[in-house]
Amino acid sequence: MSAVTARPERLHRFERSALAGVLVREVVNFSSYWRSATFSSTVEPTIYLLAFGFGFGSLVAKVGGYDYVQFVGTGTVATAVLFSSAFPAMFGTFVKYQFQRTYDAILAAPVDTEELVTAEALWIATRAGVYGCVPMIVAMFFGLDPRWEMLVVPLVGWLAGFGWGCFGIMVAGFAKSIENFSYIVSAVLTPLFLVAGTFFPLDRLPRWAQVLGEVNPLHHCVQLVRDSAFGVLGWVDLLRVGALIVFGLAIWRLAIFAMQRKLID
Amino acid sequence: MSELAISLRGVVKRYGQITAVDGLDVSVPAGTCVGLLGPNGAGKSTTMRMLTGQSIADEGELEVLGFRMPGESKQARAQLGVTPQLDNLDVTLTVEQNLLVFTYLYRVPRRERKEAIERSLELARLEDRRDTRVDKLSGGMRRRLLIARSLVHRPRLVLLDEPTVGLDPQIRQELWALIDRLRSEGTTILMSTHYIEEAQRLADTVLIMSHGKAVAAGPPAQLVLEHAGSEVLEVYGAPSRLAEVEREAAAHGLSTRRTGTSVAVLGAGSVDGLEGERRPANLEDVFVLLTGEEIG
Repeated sequence: MSAVTARPERLHRFERSALAGVLVREVVNFSSYWRSATFSSTVEPTIYLLAFGFGFGSLVAKVGGYDYVQFVGTGTVATAVLFSSAFPAMFGTFVKYQFQRTYDAILAAPVDTEELVTAEALWIATRAGVYGCVPMIVAMFFGLDPRWEMLVVPLVGWLAGFGWGCFGIMVAGFAKSIENFSYIVSAVLTPLFLVAGTFFPLDRLPRWAQVLGEVNPLHHCVQLVRDSAFGVLGWVDLLRVGALIVFGLAIWRLAIFAMQRKLID
Repeated sequence: MSELAISLRGVVKRYGQITAVDGLDVSVPAGTCVGLLGPNGAGKSTTMRMLTGQSIADEGELEVLGFRMPGESKQARAQLGVTPQLDNLDVTLTVEQNLLVFTYLYRVPRRERKEAIERSLELARLEDRRDTRVDKLSGGMRRRLLIARSLVHRPRLVLLDEPTVGLDPQIRQELWALIDRLRSEGTTILMSTHYIEEAQRLADTVLIMSHGKAVAAGPPAQLVLEHAGSEVLEVYGAPSRLAEVEREAAAHGLSTRRTGTSVAVLGAGSVDGLEGERRPANLEDVFVLLTGEEIG
């Protein structure tokens, strides 16, 4: 008996058709739950915007030279990006792995873990880029002037969303149970969310908080959005883009590592 | 039958202290249906996972459709259809959407997608349910869809992991008809099951697994003849009587197996002094004899 002759065609490490397969699955699924996803990803940051904008806005008129509502409106873009990337990535990945066993089906097809994780992160990044714009658009109703530079905002949201999406996938990959997520939310995401310069500027804070801010990808996202929206982009923003790229790439590899360990035994 | 669709040689897979697969050899000739029969925990599912590269063997050689695993597993997977034991359909999508997604995952060329979906719908007999959400389907329909989903790309080899587990007898027979149709169309099938009747009806060759090893392999009828003889004497009685029968049979050098209420004496055609019901030996006798386990 001889083995069936294999076709000589070699498949590559990253293939468009593999990424497309995973993305199509997400897009088709999205058509069944887009209402709830859109609701939670946009309404929540908008509530923050209105609550802080008007709550604090009645105490402080201007922060950093800007109307407080506009300051918060641009800042909560990063909140919307975080809420529509890290959280769905964490829960979605865990559910697809553990409960729906979707990843078993996908990995039985010609898709490798690396492609699976990458496609999922690309999809989450795209959603985050779109949802991230919502608070900024809401802020326009409260006097934020439209500018051409604002077209950069979805790209910033995409880039940060990719990193936070990978972060969520990584957490789900390392987590033993869904309860483990509370540690990450309380000990990592909440502090980073608060020390991002969303609701108050970091430059009046103690030195350690400022340092923490500079290593916080969310802070870079906040600053990039603000500098675009207020038309004050500068060289330092290139460094911030660089920081987000480094963050995204590093966590992307870690997410692949975590999922590989989880999915292939 | 000169080509092998699957070839496993001395495959070992350990999880910590547990050896799930322990020196397994499997040959699946192209165009045949091979049944992996074994009790729960025999290593059937682990074997299936190694064939898709989702488990990596610690030792041994695996080839699927001529591709070496795990290095060339992606090429193998492109031509492989897999029906998992646990339903992992997208339940909020319609029947047709589930199939559509898989035409992408399995790289069905754009112009063939529509036809592939129609063919799968027909195969699963779900043409009139194409727009039904999966969570509104019955268990049998879901399982048919799960099998049809693994066939959208016309795979040369299909892995069925416990295809009828947990289903009603009549739905099981419906699925058998579907699998038999695949078989008759020349698709190579490796099917794991712990239902004897399923293996007996569908498999050209049955491989009995126990504790990670293949303990016997061959066409069902031949296995029965080889291990259980042609006839079995089924002796009913009180537990004390049954123990006595077991001793007598052992004295004659015959194997026995207990069912709940009787002792089956294998190959008992020629023994005097034992009264009972004679019946033809079957695959269940072989299974219990070789795995030492009762059917659950």
